[in-house]
Amino acid sequence: MRIEEHPILSFKKGPKVRFTFDGKTYEGYEDEPIAAALHAAGVRTLGHSHKLGRPRGFYCAIGNCSSCLMVVNGEPNVRVCVEKLKDGMVVETQKGKGDLR
Amino acid sequence: MKKTEIVVVGGGPAGLSAAINAASLGAKVTVFDRNSQLGGQLVKQTHMFFGSQKQYASIRGVDIADILTNELMKYKDNIEIHTDSTVIGMYEDGMLTVEQDGKYMKIKPQSVIVTTGASEKFLTFPNNDLPGIYGAGAVQTLMNVYGVAPGDSVLMIGAGNIGLIVSYQLMQAGIKVKAIIDAAPKIGGYLVHASKIRRMGVPIMTSYTVKYAHGTEKLEKVTIWRLDEKWQPMPGTELDIEADVMCISVGLSPLAELLWQIGCDMKFVPELGGHVPVRNEELETSMKGIYVAGDVAGVEEASAAMVEGRLAGLCAAKNLGYTSDQFDALKADYLDQLNALRSGPVGEKIRKGLDQLVG
Ligand SMILES: Cc1cc2nc3c(=O)[nH]c(=O)nc-3n(C[C@H](O)[C@H](O)[C@H](O)COP(=O)(O)OP(=O)(O)OC[C@H]3O[C@@H](n4cnc5c(N)ncnc54)[C@H](O)[C@@H]3O)c2cc1C
Repeated sequence: MRIEEHPILSFKKGPKVRFTFDGKTYEGYEDEPIAAALHAAGVRTLGHSHKLGRPRGFYCAIGNCSSCLMVVNGEPNVRVCVEKLKDGMVVETQKGKGDLR
Repeated sequence: MKKTEIVVVGGGPAGLSAAINAASLGAKVTVFDRNSQLGGQLVKQTHMFFGSQKQYASIRGVDIADILTNELMKYKDNIEIHTDSTVIGMYEDGMLTVEQDGKYMKIKPQSVIVTTGASEKFLTFPNNDLPGIYGAGAVQTLMNVYGVAPGDSVLMIGAGNIGLIVSYQLMQAGIKVKAIIDAAPKIGGYLVHASKIRRMGVPIMTSYTVKYAHGTEKLEKVTIWRLDEKWQPMPGTELDIEADVMCISVGLSPLAELLWQIGCDMKFVPELGGHVPVRNEELETSMKGIYVAGDVAGVEEASAAMVEGRLAGLCAAKNLGYTSDQFDALKADYLDQLNALRSGPVGEKIRKGLDQLVG
């Protein structure tokens, strides 16, 4: 959900771009964090814990806590709360600890 | 390998202030920040600051970030700024390692000012890892910087200033705040903030904590319960609150990994948020030439962070031979400002913490 009206803030947004998340196409704004674009589109579960498979979202949003690791353009363990969205990005749920391809 | 005279790690209010002072005295300063924007926590603070005129009271946090950045740019011949650059190591021989754009870089300064800030504390309760349970800073970043609503209805944990301010900002953004709860028997934040929020119809419930978070894929409901005078939960007092976001605002702890790594003496001081570096009046740690300022030196406020930054910048530059005939006057003024900020009942906790620390 985007905040459309705000009494004191206006949001500087980049151009609209498209990316895919687990094969489905989504829209977001260039250079916002991937997690913000996903959250705006209603996606809150970004991954699952390694052992028990529990759903995980972001927690700190400043790249500290490692709760939001995903595979981006084939690279695993990307902190999507700080990684900037670019046109055509391929974002995937990470299984386990991730493999370097 | 690159060389510089002073590296400032972190471009928040403390780091920017330190860089301004050191560069204005003539030192060559390199600032690294892992964010793409300078300003640290200030960039998500859309409220006006409290405090005194000297520390920019009644200016919005975001605007203070711009003021400081512009002031720094006055000394651009002495300043190099690297954003999107994370300092990942600090070594005994004085070498710093930095990750920038997937590349690894080394730099060897003569002095370092560490102003890395703090990170949010967490709470233990069943299902505390469900998506929808976010730190207060994360909620602020999402809604104030990127304009994305964290959810529909929020339960705020923590009635300190951050919990109160973020609750107010959530309502400004049109998001429902169901309640603010706090384990302490008293509201920790300023009463002006609390009254404003109560008037908007949000209950502030003290002596309550989280018992259980419900939901399968994401947060749906929270059970809270009351604490007695000994902070023990009282069975039978459970209440259910429906919320898709729980915002955790129970304090910060210093981001001091780099100081640990290089071997600074550290001390556990709960009043300052956790483990903090031992340092002298000039903010130099037990390691020569390594200075600290801001939340990493003890969690306080941006106002104190800025004054500490100025002091650390002044002293680090002086130790490299860059000084002015104003040194003593400036130093005394910064120490006075810090004392004033920490005076009165609000500063009691900080004073108690610092008494255990400054050598
Ligand atoms: C909701 C909220 C409201 C607040 N309201 C007020 C108020 O009204 N008045 C007030 O005085 N204070 C307020 N504060 C407190 C204030 O924001 C902080 O005390 C202040 O920002 C601390 O400044 P700092 O420079 O120490 O740290 P920060 O602002 O946290 O800056 C640290 C910087 O270091 C960078 N960094 C960290 N690690 C690395 C690394 N390894 N490499 C490179 N860069 C790194 C970070 O990206 C960040 O930019 C508020 C805080 C919050 C969360």
